[in-house]
Amino acid sequence: MKATLLDALVAARTEKRAVVVATDLADGDQILLDGDGAALVPGDATVPPAIAQAGREALACDRGAALETPDGRRVFLAPHNPPLRLIVVGAVHISQALVPMAALAGYDVSVVDPRRAFASDARFPATRILTDWPDEGLDALAPDARTAVVTLTHDPKLDDPALDRALASPAFYIAALGSRKTHAARRARLARLGHGETALDRIHGPAGLALGAVSPAEIAVSVMAEMTQVLRQGTVA
Amino acid sequence: MTTPTDAAPAGDAIPETAAAWRREGRRIALATVVSTWGSSPRPAGSQLLVDGDGAMVGSVSGGCIEGAVVQEALAVMDGAAPRLLSFGVSNEEAWAVGLACGGKVEVFVEAVE
Repeated sequence: MKATLLDALVAARTEKRAVVVATDLADGDQILLDGDGAALVPGDATVPPAIAQAGREALACDRGAALETPDGRRVFLAPHNPPLRLIVVGAVHISQALVPMAALAGYDVSVVDPRRAFASDARFPATRILTDWPDEGLDALAPDARTAVVTLTHDPKLDDPALDRALASPAFYIAALGSRKTHAARRARLARLGHGETALDRIHGPAGLALGAVSPAEIAVSVMAEMTQVLRQGTVA
Repeated sequence: MTTPTDAAPAGDAIPETAAAWRREGRRIALATVVSTWGSSPRPAGSQLLVDGDGAMVGSVSGGCIEGAVVQEALAVMDGAAPRLLSFGVSNEEAWAVGLACGGKVEVFVEAVE
């Protein structure tokens, strides 16, 4: 790999632009492709349509793939998507465990909580914290299909507006802390905001796999586990 | 809204670490899983970064083949051409390492220069 290509790759990742590294496995020749499959580095490289197409597919599946070209070369396509994102609503004790776990798993994490006593840098070192009201925070963060939203405040005033916005987004995982009884009441409130049964079924409530978790860290493990299961297996609530 | 504090790059951050090591003047090579068959521990795209002293970040297996990959990484740093390595049951003798899980992997090793 040429240093110029490595530097362009790092710049794209820093700017959260999707790119693909295409490598000829015979001689190591490489092209950095943008999200559309066009050459970025070297800028004058010719990209065969099959390679551009395979690059777009590698990004869509978020999976590296080797391709055999018609002229018998093998090319490996390494996708670099912007990181998965996790939006945690509630800067609570469980969040203090969940945030570093999710960061280790590769998530770009944001915490939303308007209560400044909770949402402090001291409690969440080196973490992006938004002290907006949760609906405004969600609007600012604009969850996409590679985003998970987890509400942990236990307070309908804070959780409901976040869930209302999350349900209007393509977020791949939406979860809310609270007992089954709490969740039934939550569904009823969100239904009054106009969300149908199918939409409400997207919410994993109670949040997390049933591991018998007790401590905040254990509950974070159960949420992290369920989020991973939904990401990798598409398991529904 | 508070000013967002951007955290360090999430996950393995192999490209970022590679760029940082280069800035420090270290010689480096990248090993990338390009294909897998059967039960192999790391999917295609997984990377191992190696420096001239054999220091490693990341992985291309569960630890079974990293030792052999580091040897090849040192060779490409010394000027050998990029190479495609195969590991698995069928060529266990050729590489003197195999995957305990019974899977097979191909690993591409290249210097960064």
